[in-house]
Amino acid sequence: MQNETRVETGKPEKALWSKGVREHLVAYSFIAPNFIGFAVFTLLPMLFAFVLAFVKWDGANPMKFVGVDNFTRLIQDTTFHKAFWNTVVYTIGVVPFTMACALGLAILLNQKIFARNFLRTVFFFPYVASLVAVAAVWNFIFSPTLGPLNNILHAITGVPIEDLPRWAADKDWAMFTVVLFTVWKSMGYYMVIYLAGLQGINPELYEAAQLDGANAWRRFRNVTVPQLAPTTFFVLMILVINSFKVYDIFINLFAGADNQLNDSTRVMVYQIYNTAFRSLDYGYASAMAIVLFLLVLGITIVQFNGEKKYG
Amino acid sequence: MVGTDKRLKVAMVAFVYVLLFLIVLAMLVPYVWMISASLKLNKDVFSFPIQWIPELPRWKNYVDIWNRIPLGLFIFNTAKLAVIVTFLQLLTSSFAAYAFSKLRFKGRNLLFLGYIATIAIPWQAYMVPQFIMMRSLGLNNTHLAIICLQAFSAFGVFLMRQFYQGIPDELCEAARIDGLSEYGIWARIMVPLSKPALSTLTIFTFVSTWNDFLGPMIYLTKTPLKTIQIGLRMFISQYSAEYGLIMAASVVSIIPVLIVFLGLQKYFVQGIASSGVKG
Repeated sequence: MQNETRVETGKPEKALWSKGVREHLVAYSFIAPNFIGFAVFTLLPMLFAFVLAFVKWDGANPMKFVGVDNFTRLIQDTTFHKAFWNTVVYTIGVVPFTMACALGLAILLNQKIFARNFLRTVFFFPYVASLVAVAAVWNFIFSPTLGPLNNILHAITGVPIEDLPRWAADKDWAMFTVVLFTVWKSMGYYMVIYLAGLQGINPELYEAAQLDGANAWRRFRNVTVPQLAPTTFFVLMILVINSFKVYDIFINLFAGADNQLNDSTRVMVYQIYNTAFRSLDYGYASAMAIVLFLLVLGITIVQFNGEKKYG
Repeated sequence: MVGTDKRLKVAMVAFVYVLLFLIVLAMLVPYVWMISASLKLNKDVFSFPIQWIPELPRWKNYVDIWNRIPLGLFIFNTAKLAVIVTFLQLLTSSFAAYAFSKLRFKGRNLLFLGYIATIAIPWQAYMVPQFIMMRSLGLNNTHLAIICLQAFSAFGVFLMRQFYQGIPDELCEAARIDGLSEYGIWARIMVPLSKPALSTLTIFTFVSTWNDFLGPMIYLTKTPLKTIQIGLRMFISQYSAEYGLIMAASVVSIIPVLIVFLGLQKYFVQGIASSGVKG
């Protein structure tokens, strides 16, 4: 019976280990490879983050406990405030825009239409395409004077190129440009979630509504929207969380060779990165990270309660 | 009456298809422009009106790019990391998920709760202490750091456990009576049955490792260690006027993901769908 069991116990195993103990050892041996890695590289750093937020440390000199100083510093740090508000504005731009596009495409693809699988691939591919590469293309296309976009706009409208928006290079248009890019890149992902939600709706509901004489808009309003509420809620939460974690998109659209962002484009994770890895102010960076953590935790708690309500 | 109704319907369908065509065009134009530009001289990349098919395609861009930056090395590094991380992720996740779903032991629920609780915590919130730990272990500027960082995710365990929950316990019981050990059940029954879930996890892990930006940016500052993402980023910021070469390198960096994606798209879509709709 034990011919396949790895015997951890030496020869007189039955005398040394009871059945219960052996079963436990087997179970733990299944968990261990993943759990050890998970504990060392995820759990420990998480706990360490809370310690680090209350110290001043540059990585070389001894750590100094400073209490809540890092957090009071945050309250007065206008650069961090800027980063925080930019992140919020970005989130407010991305979330409704992405949701509307994702839902619209999902509804289209849920019909019997021509080349459905091809279309799904087209909409979804930007989500998996390497960010650095597609950001490079976007930067060329949106380039203020050389770029094809402004040249086309100039050809159509006749407005001189100097008067057209400078997109990523323009502090007033930067946020719009990055929102547009993000929607293009990620809407396919949320579209797939919506598609799954749509396919879960009982077709009889639509038939019943049609018999009652409801037109397409009323069917959407009174069947699709309420039936999709749990999916919409899930998409909303994931979108908000992902927007708060944004960093790489901003670096690739806005930063030069020095990887620096200015006041109109800095975001929270950028601020954490810079404070830790450029200013070597690990404690202060961790205090910022705790703020990010608390924000995401707050959203997760809302989501958890909402899922109870909808589920 | 019926006639106008029908005409309205035809008009609607036509409108939808025109709209769809325009959206698809907008989605595809960046790639087409990228490929077109990758075959041009720098001075022709931005010539207007756009010449979509270059008169004299400059294939030499695709030769030069390998000499200009160590693109081959970057791709090798990334492929190496992606393959190792994906392999470890599949192995350790499905191993742990088997215990969580089919074995009984003390602390099972508590341990699993520990995994679930951390899924929601953003990596960016603990990347700084994680870096300090890795550095004190001497792992800064090693590929091992990226492997340790990516290979043991709670997400993988969660995904595999969800799938194993759907496999009847009686199957394992029967195998036990037939004399298979727990390791044997895992290897001969669970792994073959969970191919769809393993495929989903494969594509998720592979693509996220291939495209990871911030992790390699923090840990891999030496050029020979860089992955394709940060290597390409370095090239773009150093030679920002080499438009043709930048586009050629971009095309090259997207192709592996395109291949994996087209091959395993079905599992990707299923994985996302099952994460969004509660199972």
